[in-house]
Amino acid sequence: MVIFKRAAAGSRKSEVGKRKVRAAWRGVIFCLLLFAGCLPNSGCVRREPPADVTIINGAEPETLDPAILTGQPEMRIAIGLFEGMTRLDPRARPIPGLAESWEMSPDGLTYTFHLRTNLVWSTGEPITADDVVYSWTRALSPATASDYAGQLYYLKNAQSFNEGKIKDPALVGVHALDKYTVRVDLNHPTAFFLDLCAFQTLYVVPRQTIEKYGDRWLMARPLPVDGPYELVYWRLNDKVRLRKNPRYWDAAHTQSGIIDIVPITLPSVALNLYLRGQADVVWDKGLIPTELVDVLLKRPDFHRFEYLASYFVCFNVTRKPFDDPRVRQALALATDKELIVKKITRAGEQPASHLVPNGTANYTSPDGPGYDPVRARALLAEAGYPGGKGFPRFEYMFNSTPLDESIAVELQQMWLKNLGIHMDLRQLEWKVYLNAQSHLDFDVLRASWVGDYDDANTFLGMFTSSDGNNWTGWKNAHYDALIREANEQVDLTKREKLFQEAETILVRDAMPIIPVYFYAGVNYFDTNKIQGIYQNVLDDHPLQYIRKIGRGPSRLRSASARQGVESRGP
Amino acid sequence: MYFLRRILFAVPLLLVISVLAFALVHIAPGGPFDRERAPASPEIKRNIEAKYHLNEPVWKQYFRYLDGLAHGDFGPSLKYRAHTVNDIIAQGLPVSMLLGALAFGFAMGVGLPVGFFTAARRGRWADYAGSFLAVLAVCIPGFVIAPLLILTFSIKWRLLPVGLWETPWHMILPPIALGLYFAGQIARLFREGMMNAMQSEFVAAARAKGLGEKSLLLKHACRIAVLPVVSYSGPMLADLLTGSFIIENIFQIPGIGVFLVNGSLNRDYTVVVGLSLLYAVLLIALNLMVDFAYTLLDPRVKYE
Repeated sequence: MVIFKRAAAGSRKSEVGKRKVRAAWRGVIFCLLLFAGCLPNSGCVRREPPADVTIINGAEPETLDPAILTGQPEMRIAIGLFEGMTRLDPRARPIPGLAESWEMSPDGLTYTFHLRTNLVWSTGEPITADDVVYSWTRALSPATASDYAGQLYYLKNAQSFNEGKIKDPALVGVHALDKYTVRVDLNHPTAFFLDLCAFQTLYVVPRQTIEKYGDRWLMARPLPVDGPYELVYWRLNDKVRLRKNPRYWDAAHTQSGIIDIVPITLPSVALNLYLRGQADVVWDKGLIPTELVDVLLKRPDFHRFEYLASYFVCFNVTRKPFDDPRVRQALALATDKELIVKKITRAGEQPASHLVPNGTANYTSPDGPGYDPVRARALLAEAGYPGGKGFPRFEYMFNSTPLDESIAVELQQMWLKNLGIHMDLRQLEWKVYLNAQSHLDFDVLRASWVGDYDDANTFLGMFTSSDGNNWTGWKNAHYDALIREANEQVDLTKREKLFQEAETILVRDAMPIIPVYFYAGVNYFDTNKIQGIYQNVLDDHPLQYIRKIGRGPSRLRSASARQGVESRGP
Repeated sequence: MYFLRRILFAVPLLLVISVLAFALVHIAPGGPFDRERAPASPEIKRNIEAKYHLNEPVWKQYFRYLDGLAHGDFGPSLKYRAHTVNDIIAQGLPVSMLLGALAFGFAMGVGLPVGFFTAARRGRWADYAGSFLAVLAVCIPGFVIAPLLILTFSIKWRLLPVGLWETPWHMILPPIALGLYFAGQIARLFREGMMNAMQSEFVAAARAKGLGEKSLLLKHACRIAVLPVVSYSGPMLADLLTGSFIIENIFQIPGIGVFLVNGSLNRDYTVVVGLSLLYAVLLIALNLMVDFAYTLLDPRVKYE
């Protein structure tokens, strides 16, 4: 800038020149002022108390509306803001939430929930049974356009209402009997219904605010909430700040005053912030740099855990040669899953011979076949391709993440070595991949599934003939019947038998899929500083139990003391 | 008159850009609501698409969008359903603009002196060293520079934060990482400009009149040599002010660059079109400003 001035001043000092110089300087000053004006907005100057706990949470939340959200980063925040009839304990089992107690009818078709009588929104208005009915019918209303409305399809008439076939919400199986009693009618006995009641789609949300602000209701301040935390602010891609809700029915047990939730998706950034003490907890499973997995997992503050998720390979059974179950079995037998988890994933994943992960409630899977290249070759020969001769070239489709790419290359090698068949790799951008997947436009593809609730049905149900997530084109009437029967069964042992029979078809006989491994997650926090986070198969962590202990800035402690935080254990 | 015409001409240009952006994002396979898990009923997806009018013909959606624009409404984000594109711009743009302005300041503050210095010492070791550094700055991409800066200043020496955007301390490394490339470019452009200017006739005439080398460089050559830098700084500023995907990602800065890139990956139609238009407006405005600056700096330039 100085050079400009000198250059200009160096020219003949005519009036014109001077005027131009002044204009130029005015421009510069104007620009500076403009940027200075932007400073306060961009957060250059922030006067706010430090958070008690800062958590790195993965992707930026798409929404925090319980009826609309679908992803885990969103769920982990919403769990602090809102609550359902039940809630999850730190080990992700359902315990009484807004409902104090409930009864199930002997046939398992009707639940009667008794709400607590002392419930109020964070803004002071009482919460009643009508709010529950409103929230559930709202989630089902076509106008809400909820992705996960299916979580309520277990209710009578819920699906027809959501699909617009019936218009009257009063026909849906949820009714307020009086101010504090809610009656729920189900289509058939649903063993995991109380788990569902703790699921975000079924949370109770503030009717007045939603009706007043429509789609923008989350921007209302103060935002009425019924969970342990209030929303202080939500800055896009920056931070969500939560503050203890003193009107929550169990506020006495809320452990921390202020929780900051930071969206970060790059593992190296998350690790850096954690190591520099700018974050206390990192808990999205993708947030550990894969190159450092081996080293970091040895540290005491890095915690490995199993959760309900499977990685598997799908065959398009509508295409040759994968319409032949022997071919599918051959490829499965020629897959060395042990090698994949040891060499590529490396975070302690378990190789899988079946679809439903180990540790699923009330269920043990039947074992599928292991690694047996000799039998694989025999089966392939039986199917008409001895030594892989005459086997058509086919494509393996996957999306662009380094891990999926490594696995694809490994499978390509394995199948060439063990079976003598040639596979081309086709890497696709995510949306293109999804498009091809849902239109069965592939030969073989990689897939994964994370359980929605702790039950075998969330995995086995997706391979029924009509399910939108059956990405194989495989249809089996017997399988469908078994799943249907299992879901109507009240007796847990009988139910397990039926599921086992179904899964045997899936992973031993028909094999439209090859289960590869069960995911393992890694989260990291120092247990000497942070308490109240427990590893569980759903990788859900209720916020109200989390607290920081030990030394910390005294300002921090007095801030939480002012807010009446008690340091009792959960 | 000339500038008025240019401004008027920008309107149809923006319309063309909006049509192209709108068409391109819609042509890309997959839609904003394609997810890994299919909803429990196909009707659910239809409900969502009806809500955002995605079931209408594309031309109708376009005019609906234009109508919104006319009212200053960029529409709702399809990925971040709780926010509108206006929210995204209002929250992200000031951050990106601050980052960009700091980077611009850094690029100018480093690039111009280096360019001047290397030109003044042409052919000597200082010239070679400076030019080498400038080329190096141009060649090393931001995703290498940024982690190196973090590694040195934040991890090793623990002087500066590794990321986030809160205090002035957070605002030191990102502008450097972002501005280094431009600093190199400016240094090269300015050196080049100086060399050319030094060979031109009016400099020879000035030299013949007995002007000293110092005042030749500072008073005569500079003024002409800075012109290529000025014309370069228009698009450069537009680039800087609309944010950088890589730098914002690496330093976890809540700017707008991340949204532009992720928007297209997510098929977030409204975000992509809205931010493209914003970028276009900035680019047009800054180019106009550059042309205006020319009239101030170069007496030979006149627009009719």
